[in-house]
Amino acid sequence: MASLLNASRPAVFCPGCSHDRVLHALDQALTGMGYTGKDVAIVTDIGCSGLFDTFFNTHAFHGLHGRALTYATGIKLARPDLKVIVTMGDGGLGIGGAHVLSTCRRNIDLTLLVLNNFNYGMTGGQCSSTTPQDAVVGSGFLNKLEKPIDICQVAGAAGAGQVSRASTYQKDLVARLQTAITFEGFSLVDIWGICPGRYTRRNKLTPKSIEQSQTQLPALTDFQALNARMEYGKAYREQAAKLSQPPDPVRIKVTCQAPRTGRTEVVILGSAGQRIITAGELLCLAGASAGCHATQKNDYPITVMKGHSVSEVILADTTIEYTGIEDPSVVIALAPEGVNRRQKMLAALSSDSVVIKAAGLELPPSDAVVVEVDFKAHKIRSQDWTLAALAVMARKTQALTMDMLTAALKLRFKKAVYDTAMAITQKIVAC
Amino acid sequence: MELTLMEGNEAIAWGALAAGCNFFAGYPITPATTIYNTMLKLLPPKGGICLQGEDEIASIGFCLGAAMAGMKAMTATSGPGISLYSEQISFAIGSEIPIVIVDVQRLGPSTGSATKGADGDIQFMQWGNSGGLPVIVLAPVDIKDCYELTVKAFNLAERFRCPVFVAANKEISMTRETFCLDDLALPPIVERRQADARTPYLPFEIKDNGTVPDFLPIGGDRLVRQTSSTHGANGYITTDPDEIAAMQARLNLKIARSVAEFTYFDEYLVPDADTLVIAYGVTARASKEAAKRLQQRGQPVSLLVLKTLWPVPEILIKEKAAAYQHVLVPEMNLGQYIRELQRLLPDKKISFVGQMNGELIKPGQIMEVFAHG
Ligand code: SF4
Repeated sequence: MASLLNASRPAVFCPGCSHDRVLHALDQALTGMGYTGKDVAIVTDIGCSGLFDTFFNTHAFHGLHGRALTYATGIKLARPDLKVIVTMGDGGLGIGGAHVLSTCRRNIDLTLLVLNNFNYGMTGGQCSSTTPQDAVVGSGFLNKLEKPIDICQVAGAAGAGQVSRASTYQKDLVARLQTAITFEGFSLVDIWGICPGRYTRRNKLTPKSIEQSQTQLPALTDFQALNARMEYGKAYREQAAKLSQPPDPVRIKVTCQAPRTGRTEVVILGSAGQRIITAGELLCLAGASAGCHATQKNDYPITVMKGHSVSEVILADTTIEYTGIEDPSVVIALAPEGVNRRQKMLAALSSDSVVIKAAGLELPPSDAVVVEVDFKAHKIRSQDWTLAALAVMARKTQALTMDMLTAALKLRFKKAVYDTAMAITQKIVAC
Repeated sequence: MELTLMEGNEAIAWGALAAGCNFFAGYPITPATTIYNTMLKLLPPKGGICLQGEDEIASIGFCLGAAMAGMKAMTATSGPGISLYSEQISFAIGSEIPIVIVDVQRLGPSTGSATKGADGDIQFMQWGNSGGLPVIVLAPVDIKDCYELTVKAFNLAERFRCPVFVAANKEISMTRETFCLDDLALPPIVERRQADARTPYLPFEIKDNGTVPDFLPIGGDRLVRQTSSTHGANGYITTDPDEIAAMQARLNLKIARSVAEFTYFDEYLVPDADTLVIAYGVTARASKEAAKRLQQRGQPVSLLVLKTLWPVPEILIKEKAAAYQHVLVPEMNLGQYIRELQRLLPDKKISFVGQMNGELIKPGQIMEVFAHG
């Protein structure tokens, strides 16, 4: 099999750089497995290891520092048949740590080669996430204060499908790379090597000492057995195939007539759990069933199960321009939380406005016509007050009709819920 | 007329689907989350991919990888996420990767207010990249625009191989609104131009006096190189100042020179008006309402609604403003786009109505300017 290395672009690493050996080992691994250039994409990070893609005649993607795994993930999901190899230094490992962890968790079929030389070669030998605490590097005393990461343990704990530790100088490096490339899932090879350009100017590191250090480390857990599961892309496609097609957007037929022309503003004030937002949506659907345009703006805190809930709805037989509330025709007030949010608006209501309010609720004085409803006396549960209030609105105001509300309920709910909802509206209309 | 009710964000998602989007990745953030929610419902059952990245940087990174492998990709976020996208946006600009980026703007700075609207990222979208090259920014006014402009955004991203922003706002994106699907005016779908299979492929080579390189996907039959480094036509690093300068000039020119072809706008010009309101986004709606009411009061005012914000449609603005003494610019920020208008219209009296309090600018606030003459 012909080499995948680009004859016209020979590698430019410093003499003695371990990257050069890994480069050739990767070439031998790929060609030994029968891959041609178009079968492979090499995705590289920043730094000296980020030059890898330029030396290969394969598909190549060289992106931002620490983000190589993110592009590789997009490429692999788009092209499941492509063999995607990612090279990254110990610098990329640190800056892109979140992506390393997440890629391990995903178990997507990528091979990550960490070219671990314990420092940032390209920028002047500063400490990285793997620099030993006793090393002398370009970051002064700072590396003495930070514990180096053992990426193999971290990756395994994060769920990587296959994890292995290697030395650039071990005889079976090619075979080790092939094992990683063959693995269907995320495999990470932590390849220790020497950076004569920076690191070994002030630190002693030899192929022998690397081998010794590695043998002194406790053996890695069998992460392949521990983390065995289906490859991410395969699992994704399997899950997706089970999904049913999403329904098309609903086209609302005009089945009834709006009680009046012009713009009607409705504000619903309540608290979380009172189905205020649903009521706003029902009003919009009711409007559309009568051929009206509708807008709905909601206001609720990020704690969705507590606090105020406010919905502002506008219905109009013409296009709605401004979506804010200027002069509400109807205000439905059901809880103090919502009322507190709109004190100013409530106080300014004119005699043209109708307020439908829950019995006992205190409102600031205004000129509005107030309709008080004792929902409790009608044995209506608090979460149904909004719906009941809409029924009152249909009966007492010129903003909504029962036909419109019925049409909205039909659009919004399935049969069983629709029946219950209709029963609630009838309960209040009957009184 | 049959109306459909949905949120602006849902319309963006449906627009993306209509444009052929088959890859979405995002990180949940109010007020953009419902785009992700909707894409998650729409894409996987149709064979597309929707991912939730571990963060915003990953989300847009997935998109860039997928886009280079031939997919049509979109991501959506708000101001805090755009900040994190920044370096990837620069990459997409410099390395000509098609992507649609939705910025559902919320009140900043920083974490700001998740559920309050603003148009505070208008300059940020253009200048939040390293290198200072132009991007395309389209700004929807209503739900119909959310749908239509998203389709147009994809077409532009494909045609120019560049990031295209949809500059939405919480006030459009999270507002439910009715619209008629049959009223949508959708352009034909544009696909990136594929390289001729018979000639050798250089990933950034320009042919026929064009400005956009032909595309081939990573993973196809011919080798493709992509790089974030300064590169020549072959996709390898170049240090040749002439080659670098030519590439920079082309990246600038390909967007700047074509803006007339994608200058989207609406106009409501009335005779005898001496003022032109220039507005965009949700504030265009209050402006239109204000113009209507002023007209009824016998104070005619014209309105130009810009839907292409970047590159600044200079020819359009100069032409439309020519007949007016006074230009009024309302913005949900403390004065961002007005800087462009001041630069273009030095001899006009330009007034500003702006606010950053999480609330819509009211028609009354715009009308007040006229009450005081
Ligand atoms: S600086 Fe170090 S890592 Fe970079 S090429 Fe030189 S020896 Fe290799």
